[in-house]
Amino acid sequence: MDSSLFQYALRMGDTTLILSQRLSQWCGHGPALEEDLALTNLSLDLLGQARLWLTLAGEVEGAGRDEDRLAYLRDAPEYRNYLLAERPNGHYGDTIARQFLFDVWHYFLLQGLASSADERVAAIAAKSLKEVTYHARRSADLVVRLGDGTELSHGRMQAALEEIWFYVGELFVDDDVVADLAGRGIAVSHEALWPAWHEHVAAVLQEATLRLPDAADARHPAYQGGPSGRHTEALGYVLAEMQHLQRTYPGASW
Amino acid sequence: MVNTLPDTLERPSTQQLRTWLAGVPDPEIPVLSVLDLGIVRELRWDGASCVVTITPTYSGCPAMQEISAGIRAELARHGVDDVRIETRLAPAWTTDWMTPAGKAALKGYGIAPPREQAVDISGLSRRSAAPAPECPHCGSPRTRLISQFGSTACKALYRCVACGEPFDYFKAH
Repeated sequence: MDSSLFQYALRMGDTTLILSQRLSQWCGHGPALEEDLALTNLSLDLLGQARLWLTLAGEVEGAGRDEDRLAYLRDAPEYRNYLLAERPNGHYGDTIARQFLFDVWHYFLLQGLASSADERVAAIAAKSLKEVTYHARRSADLVVRLGDGTELSHGRMQAALEEIWFYVGELFVDDDVVADLAGRGIAVSHEALWPAWHEHVAAVLQEATLRLPDAADARHPAYQGGPSGRHTEALGYVLAEMQHLQRTYPGASW
Repeated sequence: MVNTLPDTLERPSTQQLRTWLAGVPDPEIPVLSVLDLGIVRELRWDGASCVVTITPTYSGCPAMQEISAGIRAELARHGVDDVRIETRLAPAWTTDWMTPAGKAALKGYGIAPPREQAVDISGLSRRSAAPAPECPHCGSPRTRLISQFGSTACKALYRCVACGEPFDYFKAH
């Protein structure tokens, strides 16, 4: 088994799955019908991508685990998602801040992965990239609208940004898994994504009249650990809700 | 197709299969057939199995399962029971594969068809160079985006400034 590829596919699958689950929690609670629809559309795109990544992870592992078993029958320490994805929704500005920083990273990452030496990775990335381009444009629009909005929305957006900012650091870490795959042309260096990400985020924040948080704050090791299974307490609650039915009625289907 | 075995003569040709698939509608937008959508990438026989290769539109599109069921049902109606549906991700589906007839049908149905070529993934500029879609009701080019995401993943919501009607736009993808 290619354990690095297994870990990486899990990481991508878990990150998109958990963020999808988070966004789905807005269903019926959006501040406006259009926002409700947009977030649930995003959630659906991410769920579809998660299915592709988790199916790939199961294939690479070769132990007979399919997407459903991986999604429903693992506990928090076995989850490999980046911490950013599991952070609570908070208010709408919190959700948009989290989404914007993630979308821009996701976009640049998928652009790189679309040329992966592994054709399965390349196919998933190329397909996802089209969807994520829409996500990234939309969340930037919202950041500008809320940041350059009223005094209240500006203040809340700035605070939201500064709170979630700590969690972006680990998106750019080249751990053993990334380094191994990047060396083989299967993945790309995550650290190398930082300049393009930072430049775009800075430009959007400037337009939004928001202050760009310090780069150093995104490097704090206390806010890292998702890919190795060290999560915040928030993940357990997400899994409890998401896995409840399969845990209570194993094998239930309809 | 290689017609070397006698039993292959009894099989419908792929051209015939294609004609039948033109009768399988998209569950969300019934004026479009699966062929109009451009998701049927290949039709072939593998022994006695009819293999239909489809490519998903959006990763999370819930209609894909319905579409597979629709293809099976339609082929079964014509006596083809042994059907295998394979999914192919690459190259990724694009609205460029929609047929001109499909785009015309969309417009007649009140949904503005995709205008520009596939979504521009080369950068994150928020200013689209593409002109706004024409209102499918009154034909006015004066339309305004309400939301990038509409009633389904493939559609955006617009409003016509001229006639005041809201409408769906099938996004270029």
